[in-house]
Amino acid sequence: MKTCLVVDDSSVIRKIARRILEEMNFHIIEAEDGEKALEICKRELPEAILLDWNMPVMDGYEFLRSLRQLPDGDRPKVVFCTTENGMDHIARALDAGANEYIMKPFDKDIVAAKFQEVGLIQLAEPV
Amino acid sequence: MTPPDYEYLRKLLRDHSGLDLSADKQYLIESRLLPLSRKAGLSGISELVQKMKGGSASIVTQVVEAMTTNETFFFRDKTPFDHFRASIMPEILAARAGRKSIRIWCAAGSTGQEPYSLAMCLKEMGATLAGWRTEIIATDLSQEVLEKSKAGIYSQFEVQRGLPIQMLVKYFKQTGEFWQINADIRAMVQHRQLNLLHDFSQLGTFDVIFCRNVLIYFDQDTKINIFNRLARITEADGFLVLGAAETVVGLTDVFRPYPERRGLYRPNSSRASPSNMPATGAGPKVAAMSGR
Repeated sequence: MKTCLVVDDSSVIRKIARRILEEMNFHIIEAEDGEKALEICKRELPEAILLDWNMPVMDGYEFLRSLRQLPDGDRPKVVFCTTENGMDHIARALDAGANEYIMKPFDKDIVAAKFQEVGLIQLAEPV
Repeated sequence: MTPPDYEYLRKLLRDHSGLDLSADKQYLIESRLLPLSRKAGLSGISELVQKMKGGSASIVTQVVEAMTTNETFFFRDKTPFDHFRASIMPEILAARAGRKSIRIWCAAGSTGQEPYSLAMCLKEMGATLAGWRTEIIATDLSQEVLEKSKAGIYSQFEVQRGLPIQMLVKYFKQTGEFWQINADIRAMVQHRQLNLLHDFSQLGTFDVIFCRNVLIYFDQDTKINIFNRLARITEADGFLVLGAAETVVGLTDVFRPYPERRGLYRPNSSRASPSNMPATGAGPKVAAMSGR
């Protein structure tokens, strides 16, 4: 079972994301800001990270830059999930090493499509 | 919805669009037509039916369009586009190296996500296609969805299903809450209104035809008729791409499955003779067929 770290300061978003990702067979770890997420990643890197942008202490962008500098820090697939929906933010996220980008609001189909896009899951073919 | 209203709508849809609803699709009609009746200020489907019986052509058009509009999104189902990049294009590039020309038809282009996905695939091939003439024709029964396709403007929700973020950044411009596909990609797609049940030979011949998730709504005779006519305008070494739930197998031998490429078909070298095919528009069922 793959592990996904859900990083968001909103407990409601973390709960929604957990429900969606557990249905997709992920083991979920939660962090409420970038600093706590970085501590977790220093101990053990997850396969996937669903990442908010605006958070107290350390935001998602700073977290991502720090993550990519860790040993094997380029390994986790990072999918931003944020209300920062402007092209400039998306471009900055990609430059910093984000693999995909979800613009809130989101639903299960969007998460599944993005996770498939970066190779974290394989969606069944329609029949 | 009363049984007589349902039967009236079934017949009307069959006659106007070829849509072949089974006896248990009341929920589908209600889910599509209740919003339409509310928008028209009517109390419900019964009043909608009364308006149609009273001869309102505008309501009939709106009902047909509401019932035949299908869900679509960029790179829908992914696999057909993998086939396009990995199997179709390499063969076409080799076969057309002399004339350097490719013609593609999206037979149910809907709001543009499929033709624009193909246009982006071609654009991604960059220098490989330098000097080539590429044509993508997108057709649909509904003028309303064609207008949306031409504009190329999509909601945040629409650009997040199937479209890789790198492609959004590369090929779209943000306009407020919406995203518009760039003019150079829009210019690669020509739009035409077309009813699949009418003669489409005037479109010319194609190297690739995408006809996905539209034939599933038609009865068997209609499917066979369309397959036969598609075969006549597919180049002998061309390709037909169907939806995952669609097949020619058991219906006709004018196309044969491409080995190990689900949804991909090629014309049979021994094609059905035109004399075996019903003339377009001949017979009540054929005359009733339509596109999406």
